[in-house]
Amino acid sequence: MDLRLYIAQRLSAIVMIPLVFGHIGVMIYAIQGGLSADEILSRTQGSIFWFLFYGLFVVAVSVHGAIGLRTIISEVLKLREIFLDLIMWSFGLVSIFLGARAVSAVTWI
Amino acid sequence: MATETDKMIVKVWRGEKNSGAYETFSVPKKENQTVLDVVTWIQQNLDPNLSYRFACRVGMCGSCAMMVNNTPRWTCRTHVKKVLRGDMLEIAPLRNLPPIKDLVVDMDPFFDKWVAAGGHHAPSASRYDQMPQIQSTEPERAEANKAIECINCAVCYAACDTVTHNENYLGPAALQRAWTLVNDQKVKDRGAILDTISAKGGCHNCHSQGSCTLHCPNGLDPMRSIAGLKAESIKRSLKGN
Repeated sequence: MDLRLYIAQRLSAIVMIPLVFGHIGVMIYAIQGGLSADEILSRTQGSIFWFLFYGLFVVAVSVHGAIGLRTIISEVLKLREIFLDLIMWSFGLVSIFLGARAVSAVTWI
Repeated sequence: MATETDKMIVKVWRGEKNSGAYETFSVPKKENQTVLDVVTWIQQNLDPNLSYRFACRVGMCGSCAMMVNNTPRWTCRTHVKKVLRGDMLEIAPLRNLPPIKDLVVDMDPFFDKWVAAGGHHAPSASRYDQMPQIQSTEPERAEANKAIECINCAVCYAACDTVTHNENYLGPAALQRAWTLVNDQKVKDRGAILDTISAKGGCHNCHSQGSCTLHCPNGLDPMRSIAGLKAESIKRSLKGN
């Protein structure tokens, strides 16, 4: 890992800290008295706040996870740099795509 | 209390390069005995072909480090009583370095990385210039002092799992040395050292597991030095130097 990736991973971790607590806090709050799809969607659909909250979360997780996966694969499988970068970018972009799809599905009206 | 007639079972790694096996010896226990004494006793009494490396026998030269019961240690400063498991002792060459023969490893990769991390003195002035006056109380000097007593024994290098899994990683000793130079006003281009240790294999590969600090026989804290390098390299990067 070089300095660029190190900084990107640390910054994404800093972004995730409050978002993880917010996510867990809302989960605990939301499941009180049962939980239904309608209840969730009524809260999230059309909400710019939840769009930005989970949109940012998806970007941070994708960056953090992709770099972490690159490090793990590098140490375990000892692949060449070009393959490591290919895996990192593929994983990161697929994560962002799937995450963005999920976020837009629950926040778009 | 051990008597002269008591024996211990000592398994010693024998072999060349990557092929070899443990050979078992029966060695008399003594009241006061280091692991190096045990290895020496085997060579002098049982097998003169046993190869191992030592020099000072008092923890100053850093040449007798070996794996003792899977832990990297200075054998000259390790009392047998402290590490004996039942009556068993297992002695092997240092981890993470290529074995040459028996308990001797090739230290070249370790010292090559020391140089690769910028671990040589590049002076800021010639012999004709005034030497900078550095007070021992200055924060930078105090920081360097904490890391300066390394004797290159490679115990931290053998203890580091990141070195095991990443052959490009410079390792704790070389990075700690770089940290002393980053804090040395007499070094010409301290930014260049930060650039060197920020490249591939540099300090950012460290996972902060702390095996280096745990096992350093000199009580140094390479993990802290590496954390210092990480912080300073980020500051340099943000400043755009």
